[in-house]
Amino acid sequence: MSLKKVHDNQPKDFKFSDENLKEAEKILKKYPKKNRKSAVMPFLYLAQKQNDNWIPLAAMKYIAKFLSMPYISVYEVATFYTMYNLAPVGKHFIQVCTTTPCLIRGADKIVKLCKEKISENENELSKDGKCSWMEVECLGACVSAPMIQINESYYEDLNEKSTTEILDSLIKDKPLKPGSFRGRKNTAPETNTSVNGEKYAQN
Amino acid sequence: MLKIENRIFKNLYNQFGWEINDAIKRDDWKDTKKLIDKGREWIINEVKTSELRGRGGAGFSTGLKWSFAPKELGSRPHYLVINADESEPGTCKDRDILRFEPQKLIEGSLIAGFTVNAHTCYIYIRGEYFNEGQRLQKAIDQAYEKNFLGKNACGTGWDFDIHIHYGAGAYICGEETALLESIEGNKGQPRLKPPFPALVGLYGCPTIVNNVETIAVVPTILRKGGKWFASLGKPKNTGTKIFCISGNVNSPCNVEEEMGIPLKELIEKHAGGVIGGWENLQAVIPGGSSMPLLSKKICDTITMDFDSLIENKSGLGTAGVVVINKDQDIIACMARIARFYKHESCGQCTPCREGSGWMWRILDRVEKRKATFNDIKLLSDVTKQIEGHTICAFGEGSAWPVQGLLRHFKEEVESRCREEPVIKKKVDNPYLVDQHLLENKNA
Repeated sequence: MSLKKVHDNQPKDFKFSDENLKEAEKILKKYPKKNRKSAVMPFLYLAQKQNDNWIPLAAMKYIAKFLSMPYISVYEVATFYTMYNLAPVGKHFIQVCTTTPCLIRGADKIVKLCKEKISENENELSKDGKCSWMEVECLGACVSAPMIQINESYYEDLNEKSTTEILDSLIKDKPLKPGSFRGRKNTAPETNTSVNGEKYAQN
Repeated sequence: MLKIENRIFKNLYNQFGWEINDAIKRDDWKDTKKLIDKGREWIINEVKTSELRGRGGAGFSTGLKWSFAPKELGSRPHYLVINADESEPGTCKDRDILRFEPQKLIEGSLIAGFTVNAHTCYIYIRGEYFNEGQRLQKAIDQAYEKNFLGKNACGTGWDFDIHIHYGAGAYICGEETALLESIEGNKGQPRLKPPFPALVGLYGCPTIVNNVETIAVVPTILRKGGKWFASLGKPKNTGTKIFCISGNVNSPCNVEEEMGIPLKELIEKHAGGVIGGWENLQAVIPGGSSMPLLSKKICDTITMDFDSLIENKSGLGTAGVVVINKDQDIIACMARIARFYKHESCGQCTPCREGSGWMWRILDRVEKRKATFNDIKLLSDVTKQIEGHTICAFGEGSAWPVQGLLRHFKEEVESRCREEPVIKKKVDNPYLVDQHLLENKNA
């Protein structure tokens, strides 16, 4: 039950691009013919991707027509799931995991840095309109905590210094490469000690 | 401690490469056709012999679950659905299977699909795991190229297709019936059971829903024999399990270990010990956030398996071990978990929808030393009102951690409370909104 506000300025029309129409046909093939409704979630993703990472109401109406289902059902789905943005977000959309495993490794410091560097409140565009951030629930990379997700990629094993670097790189519009910022390639223990009598490569 | 030759996920840390040719070198897809030719009965019996229990949290016997699927294909098709909606705080094992051991999952899907008469399999991946989903899609494409999937999959005469369906950030979709609703294109709100999905599931057809790890261990069990798997671990808690150790430990990690390993050994040998030493340990959440925490006294001796944790009024859940040391404010940690449940409640059943927010508000007051002694009684009462009064297990999941806190840290909670004031000030509590957004206005 998250707070979701539909954006005030809505575009009038929405249509899938030709490329996305092809993609949509491909998606429909995954589901049985009489259950076209199943495609509503992937379609909303397509619409979101096409429309600068947020879904306008016109897109929901378009998808409802496309799948011959009631508009309200599409609206229900779009408002139920947290990953559908109903208002514009930054080109670099930062999601900070703040659930307990990240919290006890210092996620609050990352939130503080976001407030300082990007915008005072979450879900608010930065001054240049390029970035926005929000707190989210567990992103499922708890052994690499604390971590953030920027657009689709995970940035793991952060501390204040590396977070500052990442946020600065976003403000300059040259995002750093995702992955672990302590040089981890996997979730093996870092101490380099032998586990079960075998050494794991750490690189 | 688990011997190297008994490890199932040999590439858990991606030392050997994830692609299909590397996987085949590690004995994936070896004799799959022979295994399937032995027939459904044999597969189910072998899985029953192994006493494999579902790795998604509930610990239900996998062989038994498969045997619930109708034996013959009727007028309705059967489906296999794999739950990769891993959202439980503290858990990140499925992510590594999707990234580094996708072929184990795909081969397991084919075997499980054949066993439950399913020609179609949907893998439901949480939307945040976009890159992991892309990796799995690549692995599936590679399997199609080798004719391990598709028409006459792997030469067995069985047609089998796998599709990926992405979730979109709803924790509740990890509940099996909510997951089915989500695939059908609805809001992810759980269904009443019975009927169970094995008879009426996806699109009203018989459906078997399994966790990623459960499916991924099946091929190895069949290859090495159910007896081998049953010889690992403890009776009724057999086999190996991937533990995710996070929180205040020196080296947080995922590690595959035998069931029934002592918790202390797990933390000290694999995760480099608690930060500040074992004496600095305050509490451990043993199985993802919805399992009640354990006090240090219990942690000294407890073993990590389903039954011994249930004896201690907790549970193995997903085996996401969150270690909390004495530098942390335990109430702040639990209040954050309560906020998680408030945020993720689907809103279908009143006790859970209202109660989860209620619990969070009270814990938030306790954390800020603004609660009264009556609040503790109220909190305990609310947890009892939620537990057992909801459609799905989310109610228990949200109430148990708070009950655990009250069981083990009652003194700490009480030390932060005061007597009820004689003259009450009216507090303006905003309702049913994300309160943390309005924190400054709120008590």
